[in-house]
Amino acid sequence: MQELPEYLSVLKSRFGDRIEEIHAQHDDATAVVKRDAIVEVCAWLRDDEKTLFDLFLDLTAVDYIGRKPRFEVVIHLVSIPFRHRLRLKVRLDEDDPVMPTIIPVYPASNWFERECWDLYGIKFDGHPDLRRMFLQETFVGHPLRKDYPIAKRQPLIELRKSEVRRNDESVEPRPA
Amino acid sequence: MGIDKGEIPGVALTTKLESLLGWGRKYSLFLYPFVTACCGMEYMSVACAHYDIDRFGAGLPRFSPRQSDLLLICGTVSHKIGPVLYRVWEQMADPKWVVAFGACASCGGPYNNYATMQGADVCIPVDVYIPGCPPRPEMVLDGLIKLQAKIQNRQIPG
Amino acid sequence: MATEEKTFVGAAEVMDVEIPIQEMFLNMGPSHPSMHGVVRTMVRIVGERVVWADIEIGYLHRAFEKQCEAQFWNTAIIYTDRLNYVSPIINNVGYCMAVEKLLGITVPERGEYFRTLVSEVSRVADHLTNVGAAVMELGAFTAFLYTMKAREWCYEIIEAACGARITTNFTRVGGVMADVPAGFEELVRDRVKQLRGVVDEFDKLMTRNRIFIDRTRGISPVTPEKAVAYGFTGPLLRAAGIPYDIRRTHPYSIYDQLDFVVPTGTTGDVLDRYLVRMEEMRQSLSMILQCLKQMPPGPVNVMDKLITRPLKTNVYGNIEGLMNQFKLVMDGHGIKPDPGEAWASVEGGNGELGYYLVSDGGDGPYKCRCRAPSFPLVQAMKEMIVGHMVADVIPVFGSINYIAGEVER
Ligand code: SF4
Repeated sequence: MQELPEYLSVLKSRFGDRIEEIHAQHDDATAVVKRDAIVEVCAWLRDDEKTLFDLFLDLTAVDYIGRKPRFEVVIHLVSIPFRHRLRLKVRLDEDDPVMPTIIPVYPASNWFERECWDLYGIKFDGHPDLRRMFLQETFVGHPLRKDYPIAKRQPLIELRKSEVRRNDESVEPRPA
Repeated sequence: MGIDKGEIPGVALTTKLESLLGWGRKYSLFLYPFVTACCGMEYMSVACAHYDIDRFGAGLPRFSPRQSDLLLICGTVSHKIGPVLYRVWEQMADPKWVVAFGACASCGGPYNNYATMQGADVCIPVDVYIPGCPPRPEMVLDGLIKLQAKIQNRQIPG
Repeated sequence: MATEEKTFVGAAEVMDVEIPIQEMFLNMGPSHPSMHGVVRTMVRIVGERVVWADIEIGYLHRAFEKQCEAQFWNTAIIYTDRLNYVSPIINNVGYCMAVEKLLGITVPERGEYFRTLVSEVSRVADHLTNVGAAVMELGAFTAFLYTMKAREWCYEIIEAACGARITTNFTRVGGVMADVPAGFEELVRDRVKQLRGVVDEFDKLMTRNRIFIDRTRGISPVTPEKAVAYGFTGPLLRAAGIPYDIRRTHPYSIYDQLDFVVPTGTTGDVLDRYLVRMEEMRQSLSMILQCLKQMPPGPVNVMDKLITRPLKTNVYGNIEGLMNQFKLVMDGHGIKPDPGEAWASVEGGNGELGYYLVSDGGDGPYKCRCRAPSFPLVQAMKEMIVGHMVADVIPVFGSINYIAGEVER
């Protein structure tokens, strides 16, 4: 395990056991945050002059099917003045994949949250406009979940011929 | 024009008219580039000065389906864009031709998943398929020449 | 808004009549000539002024992540080409850097130099396409033909390096696909000289062109605070005045050994974005020459039989090479990073291009996420065009360089 950067320990001491875990695998500083604390943590990280994580980079989710809790929402932040990076994680249960929205802190996360809802079915509490981002409104299911078959299509119009390819069974995802 | 309905009598005359029409049509293609993805980059190369598709009489893209007679599908067709593609094709006036530009538009290419259509021909009929991911400009020109031969040999339904 | 200061005298004022103004809904796209790729822009206009806008994307959603999850570590590279198809090599490099981080290996210096060189060529091609298409939509078709001609020269270099023009598939985990080809140096020097000429010529044609300036100056200015809040990176953030360039702030590869300046703008309007891109092209061209000069001899791939594929002469020539090749491409025997996760980011054509990979110890990515730089830009567009004229939608859209493959993945 590598040495932890200073801002990570500051974060841990500031929020105590609302930060579940900190580590720095492959030099990527990571903090696992409790769901209820995420907005507060983000606001603090953005505004405190020791951290100043002002640029929101990315929000996505990972589906660890079979694990408990199943989903992990991953947020990447970067600080322009200090040039350091941070990854925040929030673990969510399968039965209750809801997370508070972080739009009040980082307005840029708006579409990222919509995308996450579209592809993973994770709801963002308080999001002003939680529609599907990429797929059509009539699409059923959330395709990036590991239990959605990769080649299950939902055409919008009547097709002239079948879409099954000869090697279609080979595109099934590898067993986890 | 009436010719399509076969109103002009006389076999020999019709054949000649057919080839005259074909000759006229094949060198005045107005194309509608339906650019969705990476193949559009190669379409840009073909259309611009270096490869110059204008030498083959297809230099003028029309961005209205009603004014064009060649639909060039450049790129992946997803299920979401499917109805749009169908609508564009329906709006084109006859006689019309469709070219599938690239592997994606021909058969789905590298994408075989929930979002992509396995080729444009699952939703509209296609005349010429240009393989390649993306096809090189020379390949596109070759495909165009094949299409022109097809147009030249077209039988007027009577 | 900046345009508020100008006063427009319309027919109503001249003729002293009341013209009833209605709000109108206007739909552009999904298949629209000025929208590169397929995107649907909906605006509400009062007179000529946009009062509300919304953008619908997703017409090119190709399930990049799902498709990569069904691939091996090396075979997923081909899908990264097709994200930002205007500068595919930068995508390849970013992905491979993330995998290398997972594996804990470093690429030999020559490999890094080669990657950087071709990345910069790719960036020039990206910016050429962008500025060319942007000015074409404002009516300058000749200038567009110039840039397309110049882009062919970029493609010639790329083709010499990897054999393909657009979908390059250039890098491999632990290096690149092949060493620098013979005659590469002369080709690059020659083409860079020509590219310089075209950039200068383009500069003369456009940069002080009255019509162009009138159409772009003061259009959708973005303050630095706004730009950061929107999540901008790349040329748009720099145009707003923040010198955030990952090549400088978080140097990766060999960028710390190259000499370049990070251009910035002041107002963040469309003209500034254009100027930043023009300057970046010049910087990239100089970086290419520096790479050529400093490139050390040596291998381009890591010398590890468990990662790098053997040379084709060995595969076809002797049994060890053949077995090595088989081992690497067979199910369950290829590259296998330990379980974990890694983030690597590079400076793409439009900004910070990040890859977030999760490995479960298997043959391929468990999760492969690409942080597309133009995604937040497109998101902010609906706020950037409100208050402007309908005709300004086009230059704004052109300036954010919407690449459908990358935004919608
Ligand atoms: S055929 Fe290849 S280059 Fe063309 S759109 Fe499909 S993936 Fe892109």
